[in-house]
Formats: sequence, C-alpha cells, structure tokens
Amino acid sequence: MPDLEPTPGQTVGPFFGFALPYPGDSRLVPPGSAGAIRLHGTVYDGAGGPIPDALVEIRQADASGVVPRVEGSIARDGVFTGWGRAATDPGGRYVFTTIEPGPERDGEAAFFAVTVFARGLLDRLSTRAYLPSPALDADPFLAGLPEDRRATLVAVRDDGGLRFDIHLQGDEETVFLSYPPRS
Amino acid sequence: MTSSTDVSAVPADEPLDQAQITREIEEIAATARPGEAQPLLDYPPYRSSLLRHPTKALCPADPEAAELVAPVFGHSDVAPVEADLTIQGTGDPIGERMVVTGQVLDGEGRPVRGQLVEIWQANAAGRYMHKRDQHPAPLDPHFAGTGRCLTDDEGRYRFVTVKPGPYPWRNHHNAWRPAHIHFSLFGTDFTERLVTQMYFPGDPLFPLDPIYQSITDPRARDRLLATYDHGLSEHEWQLGYRWDIVLTGNTSTPMERADA
Ligand SMILES: [Fe+3]
Repeated sequence: MPDLEPTPGQTVGPFFGFALPYPGDSRLVPPGSAGAIRLHGTVYDGAGGPIPDALVEIRQADASGVVPRVEGSIARDGVFTGWGRAATDPGGRYVFTTIEPGPERDGEAAFFAVTVFARGLLDRLSTRAYLPSPALDADPFLAGLPEDRRATLVAVRDDGGLRFDIHLQGDEETVFLSYPPRS
Repeated sequence: MTSSTDVSAVPADEPLDQAQITREIEEIAATARPGEAQPLLDYPPYRSSLLRHPTKALCPADPEAAELVAPVFGHSDVAPVEADLTIQGTGDPIGERMVVTGQVLDGEGRPVRGQLVEIWQANAAGRYMHKRDQHPAPLDPHFAGTGRCLTDDEGRYRFVTVKPGPYPWRNHHNAWRPAHIHFSLFGTDFTERLVTQMYFPGDPLFPLDPIYQSITDPRARDRLLATYDHGLSEHEWQLGYRWDIVLTGNTSTPMERADA
C-alpha cells in the first residue's frame, strides 16, 4: 500500500471532561492492593501556573516488564491492562493508582509512556516518566539528551509513590518525544 | 470555551477583534512550511496556546516497550448502544439526524481493528452538556453528546447522532467555532494516539477559526473534513457523512514557525 497522509490532530478543547473521564479511569489497580503506588504530578504552563483542564494518559508494563494486551481498561473489573487516563483537578494535579513497571530486560531503564492533552495545546504530546534507578545512567536514549533536561523525564520517589510533574513550557520544560514512521 | 479562556495571556492593549486574529492567521500562513501535516503548537492566534506549547523541538526517540503496544479494548468495555447518541435520553434529540462512519487506517492503509473510538460534541444549538459551557443556547434534555464504539474487522467505526451547531468562545470578540465533532482514537501502537476534530464541508467559519487554521497546509486541513455521502443517507430518516482517519503517530520534529 502507498503511504497515506496522516489525519492531523486538534486540541482536546475545554469540554472533554464530560466525555473522556470515566469511573476507574485512573485506577489501573485497586488502591491498597499489593504493590499499588500513586503516580502523580502537576501539569504546568509556561508561567508556572497549573493547568486545570489537561488530560494525562499512561501505558506501561507490569512488574515483570510485560506490557499487557488484555481488554478491560473501561470495565476495570480487576484486570491489569497497563493503560490509564486521568484528568487534572482545579490545581492541575493528576493521580494514577498503579504498579511500578518492570524493565523489559534486566538492567534496563523502565518507564511509563505518557501522553498529554490540554485545552490550548493544539496536538497531544508524548513523553516518558522513567523510574528512578541506577539503570538510568546506562540508558542510551537518556544519554543522548542534553544533561540539564534529562531530569525532566525521571519521576521522583515520594511518600507512597512517584511524582512526575509535566511542564509544557518554560525553564523546566519537559522533554517531549517524536517517533520515526512505523515500518 | 466560554468561561475558561486565558485572557490573562493577552496583552491588555491588543484589539481582540476578528480582523486582528484573521490578520495573524494570514501572516502565519504566508510563512508556513508547505506540507506541514500537523497543527503548529506555537500558534498565537489561538490565545490559549501561548503558554501551553513547548518551545523546544521534540526529541526523536525509538519507540520501546509500552510505546509499541496500544491498549486493548473489547466488548466488555464498550456496549453497542453507546454508538447511538440519539437514544441516550427518553426522547428524540432536536436536530439534523446523521450517521457518521469511516475507516481507521494506519499509514500503510491497514485497518485498525477492534480499537476504541470516542466522540463528544455540542448539541444542534451549539451547547455542550458541560458545566463550564454557559453560553445562552438551550440544552437538549435528550442529547448528552458523547459516544463510544469499537472499530470492526475493516477498521470501520459508525455513530448515529445529530449535527452539532457552531458555538461562540472567548478567544476574541465574536469568535465562533465551526461545527465539529471531537474524536479520540487509538492506533495499533501507543505512539499513534490521536485526538482531533471532524468538520463539515463548506463551513463559512473555516477562514476565521484559529484552531482549524493552526494546520497551515490546506491539504492537511482538508483531511479533517467529512464528506456528505448520499449513499449513507436513509429515506425519511437521516443524512450520511463519511470520514476516514489515518493514524501514523507523531513523526514530525519541527514545531516552531519559521519566524518564531
Ligand atoms: Fe468543541
């Protein structure tokens, strides 16, 4: 088949809140279950203000490094699907209840794949929230980034979880990713 | 976007009329890179984008691990009735009943099968069933304006709904969005995640709308237009629109305008 031209993206706009969020969207595992952590953070604009109308999605592996290919992300009846969605609150905060992803292979850096949408953001952005670990020093992708920006991709351990703030713009601007065409 | 625009991001002395916005749209179009397939994230005519676009180029990454595997959705997640937005109330919604259908394909033309498609829209009067939409157009008690479905084995989605109306927003004085339906889509890979808007052919608001015009290449912009398809219309029942969607993921790096 010939290469087809992509359908362009558009902003998620201000009114997704009645359509995209659903009960259980941000709970990849039940709170309090074995290994459950909070992955949370604030989405900031270029003036350092919180963004109360952003939507964050994550895709991740399970603890053994396997990315689930099972349905049930909307039904949320106890199956770990490795995908979740969280709208930000009036303070720009999002929270997932999930487990820490394992690396695909021992010694590799593990991360949550993160997608960000917001009113005012004309297309979605992709980034990674890496787990803090010694493996980060050996990661070729991170090594290729300017040193002063690397930390924007690494979650910070805190009480009961991992904090990953997202800055759409500014001095602490998060590194956002593009991917080569799929082959 | 009635009560939520970042008016603070706009210099106070700036005349925020349509003529000013249109002038900015035209200036950017004149210097835009031909063939730019995606919206410019740095697009000042859309005032809310000023503080919400990255200023640094996207970093190329080889997709790994979770990025390579789209989430899986199934019939335990989505019921067939969720694809009909006209049967969610206790009566018929007001408006032009329509079916909108099309195929979701990857860049090589392969159908994206069994994937989740979500839509949301204003009612026929241009009002969202959302607490922050407060403009004085009527709500329709029989129309919530949200739907979901799964694509079939040919990658087809199909929704029955009513045609949304255009609506005012506070980007500038007398700003109106062309009628549109918001779409959320998943591809075969997680990198192909897409949220976009489908528009209707011939809308007179197109040249005035900074969100639509943020896609500076006219051919790319046209890919957001549904086509009226009389073969989909049904006798004394509804009109038919077709809109196909191609998911390739974000493969472009340059984000800044030539003059930025
Ligand atoms: Fe809208």
